[in-house]
Amino acid sequence: MPTFFEKKQLVTPGELLAEGDYQPGENTYMEENRIYAQRIGLVDAENKRVNVVALRAFYVPKVGDIVIGTVIEVGFNGWTVDIKAPYTAMLRASDVLSRPFKPQNDELSQVLNAGDLIVAKIASYDRAHDPQLTVGEPGLGKITRGQIMRVTPTKVPRVIGRKGSMISNIKQETGCQIILGVNGVILVTGKNTADEELAMMAIRKIEEESHTSGLTDRITQLLKEEKSKMEENKT
Amino acid sequence: MNDKPEKLIDKKGVRLDGRKADELRPVKVQVGVLPNADGSAYIEHGKNKILVGVFGPREVHPKHLSMSDRMVIKCRYHMAPFSVQERKSPAPSRREVELSKVIRESLEPSVFVDLYPRTGIDVFIEVLQADGGTRCAAITAASLAIADAGIPLRDLVVACAAGKIDDTVVLDLYDAEDKLGMADVPVAYMPNLNAVTLLQMDGVLAPEEFETALNMAVEGCKKIYLVQKEALRTKYMTTVVKEEAEE
Amino acid sequence: MSTVLTRVKQKQIAQLIDAGKRLDGRGLTDHREFTIEEGLIERAEGSARIRLGKTDVLVGVKIETGEPFPDTPNDGVLTVNAELVPLASPNFEPGPPDENSIELARIVDRGIRESKAVDTEKLCIEPGKKVFVVFVDVYILNHDGNLIDAAALAAVSALINAKMPNYEIEDGEVKIKTGYSPLPLKSHPITVTMAKINDKLIVDPWIEEEQVMDARISIAINDEGNICAIQKGGAGFFSPQKILEASKLAQEKAVELRKKLGW
Repeated sequence: MPTFFEKKQLVTPGELLAEGDYQPGENTYMEENRIYAQRIGLVDAENKRVNVVALRAFYVPKVGDIVIGTVIEVGFNGWTVDIKAPYTAMLRASDVLSRPFKPQNDELSQVLNAGDLIVAKIASYDRAHDPQLTVGEPGLGKITRGQIMRVTPTKVPRVIGRKGSMISNIKQETGCQIILGVNGVILVTGKNTADEELAMMAIRKIEEESHTSGLTDRITQLLKEEKSKMEENKT
Repeated sequence: MNDKPEKLIDKKGVRLDGRKADELRPVKVQVGVLPNADGSAYIEHGKNKILVGVFGPREVHPKHLSMSDRMVIKCRYHMAPFSVQERKSPAPSRREVELSKVIRESLEPSVFVDLYPRTGIDVFIEVLQADGGTRCAAITAASLAIADAGIPLRDLVVACAAGKIDDTVVLDLYDAEDKLGMADVPVAYMPNLNAVTLLQMDGVLAPEEFETALNMAVEGCKKIYLVQKEALRTKYMTTVVKEEAEE
Repeated sequence: MSTVLTRVKQKQIAQLIDAGKRLDGRGLTDHREFTIEEGLIERAEGSARIRLGKTDVLVGVKIETGEPFPDTPNDGVLTVNAELVPLASPNFEPGPPDENSIELARIVDRGIRESKAVDTEKLCIEPGKKVFVVFVDVYILNHDGNLIDAAALAAVSALINAKMPNYEIEDGEVKIKTGYSPLPLKSHPITVTMAKINDKLIVDPWIEEEQVMDARISIAINDEGNICAIQKGGAGFFSPQKILEASKLAQEKAVELRKKLGW
């Protein structure tokens, strides 16, 4: 029952990973009794399940995901939203307006217009239908301040860190509010631009060095250093 | 009239560009070269210089071309006017239309089209300089670009041609050999699945010669596959290398 | 409006093929019955119509005079065009040639050109100045599968049937005389298309088999039994072994057809 890789080896699509009594996990597929990689990534096996952590993948919506998107079109009864996924998402007017929706009276573009950014949750999604969004929960809705940045969706868990340790550190050191869209779009809101930029720099560094160890400590260290530099420049 | 060389391959088995019968031209590939594309690759195969950009999966426009149960693959093979000896008109020629189709059909078997219904991927191939075997080099680069876009694949697709010059079956014909030779057999191949996804032939070959050419092209593909894998590793390994240097 | 095969029918076809049979009772390597009618379009210099099962293809050959290509001053010109006329299928739409009609024309062209079916040197009237230009126009009248083989067979039949005008050169001018001579032909290539279904090769696929197949391969064979053109089509693949199997099968079928046609 052989595997053909070493732990965390970089594999490419089509590479044979294992043969025999194994299960195909993330980013792998099975043909007869052989398991192959589907994407470029780092391979590992856990309890006979072969997984590839993709280094390159696009976001695929899942119900419950918090995403940040851009309104691209105002329609008759809702808005079309770009959530940086293969499918555009829909936000229905009825979801946003707390009262029943009257097409003649309500001008949807006054509520949300093309170009507006929103934080939303994936309410429903399946193979046959485009994802439907909802903003009917606290913390969701139109974005009015802050800066937007994008990371590869596969790196978002790394930005969060184990039990949220990484992201809490960044928030603490920079005093910024950070909303991480599962779709790789991130909103950073701070007291001033310098703080926001510091947080964004840290996140970019995490994306670049995501598969190294000791990252959390290095980032915290870096933030402390930069922060004190900023204090010095002020005086 | 150009003076045609007397022989394309001499008695010692050396071709006009110095290669032996079963030798490939040098191949270099880079992945992730176009910032605006979802995936991209650039290849230099001999004197061929080809750039590929991939967009998707994304919604299909026009909508009536989308399919409810699978992904649509669109492919455009196009040659720049300055890519060939005599300037080529930018309008798509019949050859470019046929090549766009066969290249698409060579890449499609590698893509898991059932995973993302109602979407499409666009593969744009621009031949910047041509010297024989452009469709093969284009396929090699296009497959990398699709992988670079994070699209799940069964295997990479790699391509190489074989043919016949002066009664000798040879690997990887360049333009002069293709024009003056007796046969050209482009082949695209998925190495881990032992699957041929593009096969064409023009010229005249005895059945045994065709078998030799096919096998030779497949072996050529396997060699270029190593270059493909290396290109992907180079692009995605840089951070790990950096870390090791720091320690 | 596309005609989609029901899943039931798809399964039926695949199951039969596993058992070595086809829906119309043919063996896996049998062609459909076909007839070729020659010379039915008098206005054309040559013509032929094939009915391969219900696939109906008409080819017309027009011969005109013109200039040769600069890099082949002693050769006549041959050009092949194909039209998937809308009345031939609910899926064909009017308009400029799409990728299917262009591919079809180029495959037929390749078989004829590479086998040197037309002796283009004999089409030279005045080297570098005037040659005969042979237009082969493939017209699909009804699509019931395997347009490639039908078109290729009809095209060669039309070329066999074609006649070019007699001429003489008088005071540096080309003068057309009375009478005609047959087009000088050196070879009569035969194209065999095989579809792959459930890893089996089936010859002369009918339209519903084409909708179920995962790929096809067309191989053109010249009079000497050598291969002069190959084209793989469809979004599937072949193993190298399967390709060599197809090559062998194509050679056998070409011999059979050559006998039947008397080429």
